[in-house]
Amino acid sequence: MDVNFAAQINGILAALILLTSFGLLVQKRVYGLLHIFAWQGLFLSISTAVVGYSTGLHHLYISALLTLALKVFALPYILYVLIHKLHIHKEVEDMVNVPTTMLIGIALVIFSYDLMSPVRELSSLVTRSTLAVALSTVMLGLLMMITRKKAITQIVGFLSLENGLFFAATSATYGMPLVVELGVALDILIAAFIFGIFFFQIRTTFDSLDLKEMEKLKEEE
Amino acid sequence: MTLLLLLGTSAIAAIVLAFVGDRKYAHEINIAGSAATFVASVFLAVEVYWNGPMLAVEDFFFVDAFNVYLAVLTAFVSTTTAIFSRRYMKYERSHGRVGHKSMRFYHAMFQLFIFAMLLALLTNNVGVLWISMELATLSTVLLVSLYRTPSAIEAAWKYFILCGVGIALALFGTVLLYFASEKVFGEGSQGLLWTNLSASAGQLEPTVLSLAFIFLMVGYGTKVGLVPLHNWLPDAHSEGPTPISAVLSGLLLNVALYALVRCKVIVDGATHSNKSGYIMMAFGLLSIIVAAVSMLRQKDIKRMFAYSSIEHMGIATFAFGLGGPVATFGALLHMLVHSITKSAIFFAAGTASQMNSTQDMSGIRGLVKGNPLVGWGLMLGTVAIAGVPPFGVFTSEFLILTAAMKDAPYLAPIFLLGLAIAFAALFKRVMPMVFGEPAPYQVSIKASNVPVIAHLVIMLVLGLYMPVFLNDWFHKAVELLR
Repeated sequence: MDVNFAAQINGILAALILLTSFGLLVQKRVYGLLHIFAWQGLFLSISTAVVGYSTGLHHLYISALLTLALKVFALPYILYVLIHKLHIHKEVEDMVNVPTTMLIGIALVIFSYDLMSPVRELSSLVTRSTLAVALSTVMLGLLMMITRKKAITQIVGFLSLENGLFFAATSATYGMPLVVELGVALDILIAAFIFGIFFFQIRTTFDSLDLKEMEKLKEEE
Repeated sequence: MTLLLLLGTSAIAAIVLAFVGDRKYAHEINIAGSAATFVASVFLAVEVYWNGPMLAVEDFFFVDAFNVYLAVLTAFVSTTTAIFSRRYMKYERSHGRVGHKSMRFYHAMFQLFIFAMLLALLTNNVGVLWISMELATLSTVLLVSLYRTPSAIEAAWKYFILCGVGIALALFGTVLLYFASEKVFGEGSQGLLWTNLSASAGQLEPTVLSLAFIFLMVGYGTKVGLVPLHNWLPDAHSEGPTPISAVLSGLLLNVALYALVRCKVIVDGATHSNKSGYIMMAFGLLSIIVAAVSMLRQKDIKRMFAYSSIEHMGIATFAFGLGGPVATFGALLHMLVHSITKSAIFFAAGTASQMNSTQDMSGIRGLVKGNPLVGWGLMLGTVAIAGVPPFGVFTSEFLILTAAMKDAPYLAPIFLLGLAIAFAALFKRVMPMVFGEPAPYQVSIKASNVPVIAHLVIMLVLGLYMPVFLNDWFHKAVELLR
């Protein structure tokens, strides 16, 4: 594959990943969130595979497969089962200030581009222009965790942030060494089980997965 | 070989304990596992002391004076904590605060946590360092929520989310680090080995490394509990079972600070400036002041000492940022003495709250009359942590203050002010708890006093006399961190 062509495809995929990040930021329905998250994982996986193909680095195929298995199938499935068991599939989160959130999101993207510009100039990789998108995804994941008040949406924000990190690793360096990628994947999987247990603990203790209930531990004035 | 034995023991103990579950001898296995780990760590330390730094398993592990002393400390405190935990957790179990399943979980996760910390300390790979830091967080999250009370679950959730986010930013920093090193070492694990990175730090791109340091600082700084990233720490340390508070405060914070300092060495080598040091000094000083002021307003005993941990981590971070041989020596010593004193305090505080069935400080009175060992343990621990001579914390704080007077005289008064506020807060709260008449509801319980006494004796010895091997270690570590 021509290098320029690969870079272009990668650019499109990066744009789609950014789009899904914004989608996650304002999606109110639980299932909708899961679908968008799975799409984001799919774009990430294809992007990794494309980079692997165009550069001839075969270890990227492994990390593409890992992303596909973990982010497109395993994690959405685990979340789906949890949502089903906890009977929260019909819940709709009311959000205030969607336009403001979007504007802050756009500002974060611009900030990421600015922050990453020195790194981009130093890099000679075909993927260099997507590094800023990766950082944006991380930032938007953070923003999502701050603005949303339900346990499940915070977790989706956290996982999308993790997607951004994987994307950063492929776009800055053609992927981290395999031992590190495997370790990170293992950690995410353990985290998935832990938040699964957590959902049940929160549910039985607070009767809802709404984190507004959890504001007891504060410094008293 | 010793090294694999050291790591293997805690990993195997974790698996064994997962099967043993809530049987009677689970506590003894836990102690035996930790003690074996401690013995292995001492052998490793002796090996390193005589033969110098060593690499093992295709450069995957790297042991030098800096991390071996922390490994011994980790293994030692985990052993005494296991001893303390035997009676403490039996009491909690018999009073129905923890269930049958939770005990299995508690023991297995305790050992896994020790394993994760040792791996973080001994690995040479900066990526694996990150992975094991995350593993250490994950293994303790559900221990914080062990009691299943609303506030415990809230604390654990906060811990999980905030540390998860923090550590994710550290991974971004690690990616940037790899980005810079890949140009020098090419693809593969070589570019993430700390020995390679520090040896040829001069060839790494300074702009990228400065950017990487910001992310690493925020990431690992969250785990160190530096202000303003400290929100999770008082909750997590006060709501979990006391043995877990002791290891979280005494050990995990140290390991996180270790990770940060390792990264700082690389960044300083690349940028040829002490910019990262200034950032650390700012975070450190802010932590000292904010934590000291917060201590004044606390009502919960474990929460107050959690803030004291933030203060002391701030002191160590400030000293590492200051740099220079005296400050670095002081910081290394401070990590050691803080960890030993703070775990002893948590042991005493835990027993005190069991005796009065509350963690509220206004409900705890007359400890010396109720149980002299617990009362005096808490009192002397507080005296030690406040930095009163002849205990070890005084020595390290004095060294750091001397270095600050010389290199940054305008910052020394702020540093001293923080120490003074913390001193006042500690004594204002601890005196009424220790002296006076015991409350009518106070019960006497069988507690393990050996760990508290052992820790306080070590503190006293370290304050009066510095053993030669420790001195040598610290000097070697100071050389490494130049």
